[in-house]
Amino acid sequence: MTNTTAAPPEDTGIAPPADHADAAKTWISRIAEGRAWLFLVVLVLVFEIWSHVSFGATFVGSTYNWQSIAIFATAPLLLAVGETFVIISSGIDLSVGFTMGLAAVIAAHVTNLTGQSLPAPLAVLLGVVAAVIVAGIPGLVNGLLISRLRVPPFIGTLGMYGVARGAAYLLAGGTTVPVSNDFISTLGNGTIGGVPWLVIITIVFVLLMHYLLSQTRFGQHNYAIGANEQAARRAGINIRRHIVWLYVLSSMCAGLGGALYTARFTAGAAQAGEPLLLDCIAAVVIGGASLFGGSGSIMGTVAGALVIAVIQYGLVFVDVQPFWQFVAVGVVIIISVLIDQLQRRFSGARQDE
Amino acid sequence: MSDLQAISASGTPLLEVRDLSKSFGAVRALNDFSMQVHAGEVVAVAGDNGAGKTTMIKAVSGVFQPTAGEILLKGTPVRFGSPQEAREKGIETIYQDLALADNLTIGGNIFLGREPMTRMFGFLPVLDRKAMAEAARETMKRLDFHVNRLDAPVSNFSGGQRQAVAIGRAVYWDASILIMDEPTAALGVPEQRKVLALIHQLKAQGRGIIFISHNLQDIFAVSDRIMVLRRGILAGERKIAETSHDEIVKLMVGGA
Repeated sequence: MTNTTAAPPEDTGIAPPADHADAAKTWISRIAEGRAWLFLVVLVLVFEIWSHVSFGATFVGSTYNWQSIAIFATAPLLLAVGETFVIISSGIDLSVGFTMGLAAVIAAHVTNLTGQSLPAPLAVLLGVVAAVIVAGIPGLVNGLLISRLRVPPFIGTLGMYGVARGAAYLLAGGTTVPVSNDFISTLGNGTIGGVPWLVIITIVFVLLMHYLLSQTRFGQHNYAIGANEQAARRAGINIRRHIVWLYVLSSMCAGLGGALYTARFTAGAAQAGEPLLLDCIAAVVIGGASLFGGSGSIMGTVAGALVIAVIQYGLVFVDVQPFWQFVAVGVVIIISVLIDQLQRRFSGARQDE
Repeated sequence: MSDLQAISASGTPLLEVRDLSKSFGAVRALNDFSMQVHAGEVVAVAGDNGAGKTTMIKAVSGVFQPTAGEILLKGTPVRFGSPQEAREKGIETIYQDLALADNLTIGGNIFLGREPMTRMFGFLPVLDRKAMAEAARETMKRLDFHVNRLDAPVSNFSGGQRQAVAIGRAVYWDASILIMDEPTAALGVPEQRKVLALIHQLKAQGRGIIFISHNLQDIFAVSDRIMVLRRGILAGERKIAETSHDEIVKLMVGGA
């Protein structure tokens, strides 16, 4: 060393001020992080007691109930998984519902077309692949609009919502497209060891997306962009490319959702995902993501999607008018956001502001 | 650090800026500005708002292309097309707003954009969080900041600790020139002191530091030299040991 004149003074050490409230903080934030799973447990308990008191029947003990809930949750969950990535990056994708419809119609058409000359399973496979690829197109347009032309995500994807909607109805000829293929009904309604195929496919896909978000650079950069886009850019992350892939990913999740819809109902319909847009955003928010970006997880979203499915199925099970579903889901969303804000106020707050 | 020692022994400045100018349309934000930064030297750049401090650091760190003039790094002329290129050559800028991703750990921030990977079960590529945490611990120790909670997001830390993380990132990637833009501006007094101590330490490690500040007290506490800018022109250059607050203020506001 040429210059050792300035050794650091010893007395400047500062006790880490963030550490003193450690124990309490961890508890509050753990509860807040796991709130979707807590909701789920509470809801299941409520329905169990309710059905015991009113009908003397069990809610939890029935395998059929769980199968139905799981199948019920697959479509919104597939949309929500893609939406989780987008929301963490502090964007939003409103086009996923009709991208799903577009994919459902494409899956139906391609399966029918290729089924004329190819064996049934291969035709279905081609149908699914075509659906996912075509679904990527609105995502690509979204990504380019948002990253290159600086269109706000809300507006860009709202536009694509309309375009995908129109395209889906045009391709479907304004009606549903039935599929005649033995294999697709097995795929859509069959089970293995009591677990529906649709659920198995969804679980595998969700695990894959969990890996992508939590263990890869893509996932890490996604969190960084959501928290501080400027910082991510200065760190040398190619934000434009990331955003394009992000919206393609979101659309392709919707594409898979559409293809599985076609399998489940052996028909493709443009309106397949119409009611699911808000459900999927709700699942992400209940799952712990902030709409301001930077936080959220796939496992949280899984719990969020299950919460919604349990509410919707459970209220039907205990024979409540279906319109109460909307009220119940709405209340859960609001409570969830309130818990998030409480947690931020009590623990996550930065010290220097 | 042997590289830095060799450089400083030879007397070649780590960084030299010659006749740097930058115009925005008809406005000359910086006019024929020259400076040198030697190894183990802290050079303060002071000036009123709009004096050209930011323009100067942006030109040196690759954000702007200078209109005229040249930049020499260890005696070799360089041109930076982007901040990334400047960073690869060892010029790291620590911005006032810290440029940290609040939701990531210290390690996550140090490695942002160049994360190390490892394999799970021998085939699945995953982020090497252990290596990131280990490097974070080492780096923070080198800066004399002892942090235990390496799995906590940096939003949990205080302003001074966050500043240390930003500096730690530069140190980890072995920057030889650090440009620090108002590093003490958003901090409380004890934390300001801690950051000044950090700067002393970086200096002792033989790095060159360009220190931009409004705070004359901080400037006098850490700098070896001070360059005063006024309206894009170098108004004066003084050795800290041979000047006073009054003289610097006169240079800044002019009309002396």
